[in-house]
Amino acid sequence: MDFDLMFTSFPKLLSATLITLKLLSVSLIIGMFLGLFFAILRLNKNKIINKFAYGYSYVFRGTPLLVQIFIIYFGLGQIEYLRTTFLWEILKEPYWCAIIAFALNTGAYTSEILRSAFQTIKPGIIEAGKSLGISSKIIFYKIQIPIAIRQSLPAYGNEIILMMKGTSLASTVTLMDLTGVAKYIISTTFKPIEVFIVAGGIYLFMTFIIHNIIKYLEKKYSFQQ
Amino acid sequence: MELLAFGKTGWGDELFYATLMTIAVSVTAMLIGFFFALIFTPLKLSKYKSLNLIGIFYTTVIRGVPELLVIYLFFFGGSGAIMYVASIFGYFEYIEINAFITGSMAIGIISGAYSTEVFRGAIQSIDKGQFEAAKVLGVSKFVQFYKIILPQMLRLAIPNLSNVWQITLKDTSLISVTGLVEIMRQSYVAAGSTRDPLFFYSFAAVLYLLLTYLSMKLINKLEARYSRGY
Repeated sequence: MDFDLMFTSFPKLLSATLITLKLLSVSLIIGMFLGLFFAILRLNKNKIINKFAYGYSYVFRGTPLLVQIFIIYFGLGQIEYLRTTFLWEILKEPYWCAIIAFALNTGAYTSEILRSAFQTIKPGIIEAGKSLGISSKIIFYKIQIPIAIRQSLPAYGNEIILMMKGTSLASTVTLMDLTGVAKYIISTTFKPIEVFIVAGGIYLFMTFIIHNIIKYLEKKYSFQQ
Repeated sequence: MELLAFGKTGWGDELFYATLMTIAVSVTAMLIGFFFALIFTPLKLSKYKSLNLIGIFYTTVIRGVPELLVIYLFFFGGSGAIMYVASIFGYFEYIEINAFITGSMAIGIISGAYSTEVFRGAIQSIDKGQFEAAKVLGVSKFVQFYKIILPQMLRLAIPNLSNVWQITLKDTSLISVTGLVEIMRQSYVAAGSTRDPLFFYSFAAVLYLLLTYLSMKLINKLEARYSRGY
């Protein structure tokens, strides 16, 4: 055990954690909106809209995240037309490519979580709202969405942890996140176990924090108060 | 389309063999995962605190750390660990382990942590009376597990195991960083030499979709088979 290396690599890994957290939070926020949008599309009665939303979640859940990042980072740059538009300003940055891939990926999983949450809402609740003369728009925003969010908290907590692990793939497109820096230190010092313990410890700590935040929220918004 | 031709002019045959490699790694990793689950599920269900902690440590660490980091640990640390063990037995030559074995081991250990959780949940949801009835009838522990608990457990475990299979299948794409020629690595090579990454990565995505679709079909059949009588 090389404890010196563990001590010297800790601050480097900690500053790389900031990039991991930035990637995670930005993609989760975008992914949340995407997820809500596609979950609403899934509930639409129009078959074509429905199928489109289903296709989106099926493709992004059925392929590895690595393929998705590579298509966006290496693939899209190949289209000549894209290079002339303002989109190129975004797509030439590996940081934004990673975020787009992560957001689309987590959006697909979030849409599934929210869809099943919407479907478990008892029809009686909606009927009660209707019989009180509340407009269906307000029923949706003030009754269905809050219940669905509460309902999907446990599953969404798992998704946040999965996404946190997913951000490690940003290192494959030259970003120096926690895993990227860990790999760099391993390949220069050839001390994989020490670096794994420190980097893995940081990841586990983040998992622990996320887990507890979700647990707290579940308790706070539980139905029996 | 000529990019996908078989033979020397296209990448069809290369990608075909790469797909077989992905399947081989996934199946091997899944089996290694079952082996780990077989060891750690009893530990997680054990009455003894210390054994319990070992089980919890395994599933928590593996499920809380990115797959890529575990793969790097095996890729950079694997041959070192083997050489250390060999040196105890007096063998000091350099040993290089095959990328297939390192990759399957790394993915297998990850898959095992998920399988352990699935088996634990399935065993815990079997009615206590089943265990007691077996005990009362004087059935030995071995027969009790294989003839009474396992068949019931499998029915409950199959839907969740199919999720583990999907995760394992998708995780194999990460082994491409170690140089094993599976779908992802082959697409990377093809994309590099033809300068057509969009086509090859999209094709890789289609291959993965095909694999997940076909395996879902197969698992649904298996599920129907084990749910007979319910």
